[in-house]
Amino acid sequence: MDIKIALAGNPNSGKTTLFNDLTGSRQYVGNWPGVTVEKKEGRLKGHDDVIIQDLPGIYSLSPYTLEEVVSRTYLVNEKPDAIINIVDGTNIERNLYLTTQLMELNIPMVIALNMIDLVRKNGDRVDTKALSEKLGVEVVELSALKGEGSKDVAEKAIAAAKSGNLGNRPNILSGEAGEAVKAIEEILKGKVDDKFLTWNAIKLFERDSKAVKAMKLDAVTRAEVESLIEKCEKALDDDSESIVTNLRYNEITGITAETVKKGRAKGELSISDKIDRIVTNRVLGLPIFAVIMFLIYAIAMGGWSISIGTAATDFTNDVIFGEWVPGLFDSILGALSITEGSVLYGLIQDGIVAGVGAVLGFVPQMLVLFLLLSILEDIGYMSRVAFVMDRIFRQFGLSGKSFIPCLVATGCGVPGVMASRTIENERDRRMTVMTTTFMPCGAKLPIIGLIAGAIFGGSPLVAASAYFIGIGSIILSGIILKKFKAFAGQPAPFVMELPAYHIPSLTGVLRATWERGWSFIKRAGSVIVISSIIIWFLSSFGTVNGQFGMVDNLFEDENLVTEEYVADLADRMDVPVEDVTPMDASLLAGVGNTVAPVFKPLGFGNWKPTVATVTGLVAKEEVVGTFGVLYNFDGHAEQAVDEETGELLFDENGEPVMAELSEEGDEIWDRVAKDFTPMSALAFMVFNLLCAPCFAAIGAIKREMNNAKWTWAAIGYMTVWAYVLAFITYNVGGVITGEHGFGLGAIVGIALIAGIIYLLVRKGYQADDSVQSLTSVNANAA
Amino acid sequence: MKTLKDTAVGETVKVVKLHGEGPVKRRIMDMGITKGTEVYVRKLAPLGDPMELNVRGYELSVRNADAALIEVE
Repeated sequence: MDIKIALAGNPNSGKTTLFNDLTGSRQYVGNWPGVTVEKKEGRLKGHDDVIIQDLPGIYSLSPYTLEEVVSRTYLVNEKPDAIINIVDGTNIERNLYLTTQLMELNIPMVIALNMIDLVRKNGDRVDTKALSEKLGVEVVELSALKGEGSKDVAEKAIAAAKSGNLGNRPNILSGEAGEAVKAIEEILKGKVDDKFLTWNAIKLFERDSKAVKAMKLDAVTRAEVESLIEKCEKALDDDSESIVTNLRYNEITGITAETVKKGRAKGELSISDKIDRIVTNRVLGLPIFAVIMFLIYAIAMGGWSISIGTAATDFTNDVIFGEWVPGLFDSILGALSITEGSVLYGLIQDGIVAGVGAVLGFVPQMLVLFLLLSILEDIGYMSRVAFVMDRIFRQFGLSGKSFIPCLVATGCGVPGVMASRTIENERDRRMTVMTTTFMPCGAKLPIIGLIAGAIFGGSPLVAASAYFIGIGSIILSGIILKKFKAFAGQPAPFVMELPAYHIPSLTGVLRATWERGWSFIKRAGSVIVISSIIIWFLSSFGTVNGQFGMVDNLFEDENLVTEEYVADLADRMDVPVEDVTPMDASLLAGVGNTVAPVFKPLGFGNWKPTVATVTGLVAKEEVVGTFGVLYNFDGHAEQAVDEETGELLFDENGEPVMAELSEEGDEIWDRVAKDFTPMSALAFMVFNLLCAPCFAAIGAIKREMNNAKWTWAAIGYMTVWAYVLAFITYNVGGVITGEHGFGLGAIVGIALIAGIIYLLVRKGYQADDSVQSLTSVNANAA
Repeated sequence: MKTLKDTAVGETVKVVKLHGEGPVKRRIMDMGITKGTEVYVRKLAPLGDPMELNVRGYELSVRNADAALIEVE
């Protein structure tokens, strides 16, 4: 049978490094059931029968944070054969606190005393042998970063698992509390698993809500226990939870006083302290933060020569998936005599290749971004970001670390959503995932360009308003959402460690980068590819004069495309007869025509903007591309013109060179303008900026939420928010500019504004149980 | 009652009692701020909140509102 070994320890204790060292490349990365907490598992190198389970980094086994609940649930329910407890040797006191709790689980254990090289460098001395004796648990020295000692740790853990030897563990609970716990143990005997008798007794003494619930004790027993607790609390004049915590730390202080000698005098600054004095300085802190954020943005997202991320993604999109891959498939398909225009060709080239391209196109930029974020995390700057920004972001219910996803989302929402991974608190993380794609990303810029150019004479105010609307939506949504039950409760206590700075490890950073990129490809990929194929199918197939097939092909059949049919189609689709295109007959056009009335109240209830909005789900820049097709910009009909001489262009073979639609669609501005009024155009833009993001971003949201309900809630919220804002823009804005008179629309619009104001100022849901997001794991909780 | 919130930057104080209850109190104690612990106030964030402390040999940040629950001498 396989041996299961759990890896437990504080955040920043080097747990991930040890895990990677032990398991190499054979890892499985996923999520714990139903929550956004990452779960990693792997097989020990050289031992196929040993599974190493990496638990989330935690400080305690309290019932209050998701990571802690996930960890204790695993330890109590899965009963691993041994625990490797990794302890940061430079910060022994606080790290041993978790150790004292792990020891109560009566699972064989080995302590890996990590960063032993740093301990020595600092001139600290740890008497490992004495520590081992006092804790009754084997202590192994380790430098995970240098790979020293990890083999030893693994072997000792396997030995402990096989022998089942628990060692002679100290009894931490002394005095009145110890007696009370002993008495509770007597009461519990036979009612809980013998192995976890002490654990359960202590949890009961602490009034740990989750453990108490799981024990399902009858009222008499509970009353009996309660009277024991109350007696003890009275005697010690403190609550039972605090009594236990105090006893633990007292024990640790006693142990470390005899086994650890600090080399540095009290108050002397380490190098890390000196760096931090400058980096989070009261005066320099914000400017330094701004510079670092600007650099990240510039390298990953910007459009300058140092913007490696943008260059790499452009290359992937334009060259690899714009030319090479389609070219390669063209020749493969050609060799198989699958011709352009056939269903299979369309499915492969326009459906699958384009869909996979849409997924992979984001990856280079994402990897560059994640590389930078991993470096910041590894250095220890990420927690300083929260330290510096906390004051601003908590005003609207987000974490200080939400700044980074929002910033990144101005380039692309996909890595923006993924960047929320660095936020520890699940509530803040969900809220950030839900709102971060409100930022106008790079692909939304052509929409802004089109509307600004076609309707507003290129006014820069339109673009400015787009950013204003995006940022405003994030802030308002933060305030509104945090009042709902699902997000309510006290925000997670912001009691955060500021780890010492250290030089990042190359392999660690590269590995973290790759893991995130790969998990996006794997989890989000399927959503994007399937959705792209569906949209391809809907836009290429349709019924022409009673015959179903690919519309482009059917339109070449003179017998089908009769004059009456075209006239009828033009009438149905509300387009001039000479502007009818094959796409007018597609299923997508039919869907657009049916759905269009939904957008009537927003002022653009025409099927064309509707279809453009739908194709925007594939990628937001498609909105403009679809407009090009629908407003009959036909590259085949318009020959390119030399900009200087005004002459028609021909290539070297004498064939005419066809014009391409520019990114902002200048060529169709006149036609688009006919279908819009200024306010309906603005409403269209608002809706498309804020509504459900592209499939790639939806895939990322799904991957981060790890829960279908939350994913739908996020997309639903965004779409409703977009609709409401677009409605107000068109109806109320229209009255203000005098575009249309005061009527029902304006009344509803004003009512909606009042509703938003109400949601902003109302007294929100007051939670009694502080961590609402824990409910999803309640069922499994210890 | 003097609390950690009123403690000047650069001062070292001793924890007397933790007020409040529930998760915040537990978290503060889990992180090592218990009765009798010495706490050194390192600095305030650029915007004045949260504050950075040195406890048990490591750096910890707490919001001013939570620091107000920690009675010190």
